[in-house]
Amino acid sequence: MAQLRETLIVESEQSPTTGTSANETRRGWSTLLRITEGSLLQPVAAPLQALLALPKWVWLFGIALLVGSLFNFGRAAEVPEGLLIGATVARGVDRGVDWMVVNWDTALRAFNVTLLHYLILPLEKWLMGLPWWLVTGVVALVAYRMTGRVFALLATGMVVLMAAFGLYNLAMITLTIVITSTVLAVALGIPTGIAMAKSNRADAVIRPVLDLMQTMPSFVYLIPVIMLFGIGKVPGVIAVVIYAVPPIIRLTNLGIRQVDSSIIEAARAFGATGTQVLFKVELPLALPTLMAGLNQTIMMALGMVVVTSMIGAPGLGIEVLNGIARLEVGRGLLGGIGIVIMAIILDRITQGFSKSRQPARRAAG
Amino acid sequence: MPSSTQKLSIRSLWKVFGPHADYILKSDWRRKSRAEVQKETGHVIALRDATFDVAAGETFVVMGLSGSGKSTLVRCLLRLVEPSQGHVLVDGEDILEYSGKRLIQFRRKKAGMVFQRFGLLPHRSVLDNVAFGLEAQGINKRTRLDRALEVLQAVGLEGWEHNMPYELSGGMQQRVGLARALAADPEILLMDEPFSALDPLIRRDMQNELMKLQERIKKTIVFITHDLDEALKLGNRIAIMRDGAIVQIGTPEEIVATPSDEYVSEFTRDVRKAAVLPVRSIMTPPTLRVYDWQGPRVVLHEMGEAKEELAFVVDRDERLMGVVTGRAIAEAAQNGVASIKHLMQEPPIVVSADSTIEALLAQLLDYDWRIEVLPVVGADDELVGEVHRASVREVTLASKAGQPAALGQTQKGG
Repeated sequence: MAQLRETLIVESEQSPTTGTSANETRRGWSTLLRITEGSLLQPVAAPLQALLALPKWVWLFGIALLVGSLFNFGRAAEVPEGLLIGATVARGVDRGVDWMVVNWDTALRAFNVTLLHYLILPLEKWLMGLPWWLVTGVVALVAYRMTGRVFALLATGMVVLMAAFGLYNLAMITLTIVITSTVLAVALGIPTGIAMAKSNRADAVIRPVLDLMQTMPSFVYLIPVIMLFGIGKVPGVIAVVIYAVPPIIRLTNLGIRQVDSSIIEAARAFGATGTQVLFKVELPLALPTLMAGLNQTIMMALGMVVVTSMIGAPGLGIEVLNGIARLEVGRGLLGGIGIVIMAIILDRITQGFSKSRQPARRAAG
Repeated sequence: MPSSTQKLSIRSLWKVFGPHADYILKSDWRRKSRAEVQKETGHVIALRDATFDVAAGETFVVMGLSGSGKSTLVRCLLRLVEPSQGHVLVDGEDILEYSGKRLIQFRRKKAGMVFQRFGLLPHRSVLDNVAFGLEAQGINKRTRLDRALEVLQAVGLEGWEHNMPYELSGGMQQRVGLARALAADPEILLMDEPFSALDPLIRRDMQNELMKLQERIKKTIVFITHDLDEALKLGNRIAIMRDGAIVQIGTPEEIVATPSDEYVSEFTRDVRKAAVLPVRSIMTPPTLRVYDWQGPRVVLHEMGEAKEELAFVVDRDERLMGVVTGRAIAEAAQNGVASIKHLMQEPPIVVSADSTIEALLAQLLDYDWRIEVLPVVGADDELVGEVHRASVREVTLASKAGQPAALGQTQKGG
């Protein structure tokens, strides 16, 4: 106690000396205040003092606003016409896309057909060919292995409910689109993420592109996607990939950068090549983060289901759209519930997979 | 010293961190102090003109405070950190001229490294961790796991091979690190503060085990530490670093007995000198030696000349035979005894020149403290000198009184 009191005394003794410099810088204000002493202005002095303590830029800002509201600037308040280039830029972009549609037609069609006939359709055919009870059983088993008994029962119940709603076939089509886009997103995202982790320059270039992809409203790129790829499943998948690829890229990058540098150094010290370090050290240690990225990518793909239905991708999204178009609340709700059920099951299963890799992470920390 | 007889030769090695390291090395900056260069240019001279040799089978300890450049130095030996200038010769070949592929071969086969924070792969079992270097070489699974198991046994981790690293204590994890470094049977072992992260008892065990292991495997070891006791215990020779430069290189004895400057003596001040210094370092040449065939009169005369009450008797091979006292000799001279052979007494304590002063103190405890002077013998029992009570006392007292003095100094310095 005595010691505390001592320090307090010391502090109180010191404060006047440290305070003087601050006072000196505001000498102008304090003289102003001193004038108010003893006058009628005495009661306003205290709040005035608080106002005067504000930084100068706040004052300047306030004065500017005041001036702006007091005067009528007329035409001078508007952006000059010479500066308006919006229409020109928009026309340029239109022409560019038109040019691409005309000149890249063969390549785009080839891409379209390849994706559709070698990936989407076979997968869809296979999924649709499976008996619904077998799919339910597989979901139950995987849910049991990845999360536990309770969720396995819950997942089974939800799949049966979905089937009972008559949404099973639509769900399989949606699942096809989600799987295809996730595979593409992973195929594009992981190498891109690795490139960003390995090169700060790549990181600096790609990062704003990812920001753009995530903040740009998806309807904006739906237009050119329709123009380039037509309507149907392929443009749906492409729109989903654009929307869902950023998290897997970001988290691949993050996961690799987070790997303890001393472990990488040790691997290098024992003569591991760059490729060996990547595949034997960095990727295995980044796996939990990678799985979190995969989880987010799948979730975002499901989130796009309704939007892609607008450009003709079939599935549960169609139900929602039809519900809106025909004002059938029940139909829309069932479709929505179907999407939610798929989201819950896929989310918990991928999260469970991510968690089963946790011990490695803990030891790395 | 010709570099061909050395396993490892470092020649004026520099490392400068910063974007314009070459400029720093070419200009006058290289002669300026580290603090000055850092303040003015933002570059850090981590390694300044380091030159030393390590003989095959030698344990060479590099010691210094944190930031002295010792970790950079050991990383330069594997090019984990690329040196800015200089040469690192291993068996006469400059590894700085190696291409990428040869460097990787060098890392895989010739050198193994042990890290302060272990650097184990957390997602792999102990066995797979040890086999990692062999796996990188592309050796087939069977062979590499057999070899890994063999090395694990050598470091006393039998039965733990299928555990994950995080299931092991720190000391055991570092044994895994050591086993991993030894798996490819490299000639050079680089150890970067391997025991610093362990608690003191485990640390001492690991030091002892390393010494035992080294007796068997006889690797060329470069051992980094900030702990002088560890350096003195393990090192055949010690290099002391400060601000990236090597301040002194010498045997533990030389470092403690003759620190080259204030910085080194600051380190060694707290060391119990008696535990490190050999008797040789405080002995003086024998003031009087007489031969066992000489007669009492001659000996008496010599003792009178030297004003000594005691003389050491040696045979023709200079081997210590005993001591004679002035009183016995005088009596014998009066009685006309022909030889001094029968007058000799067993010396109370025979001290070996290479044993430590502390060992001498232990011997003294069993005897009369009033003994003023003791004979010191070499490896073949030959008389090499004598040691006085006063000088023993001086060394033992100095190391105790040294501590408060050191404190006073550092306070002034700070």
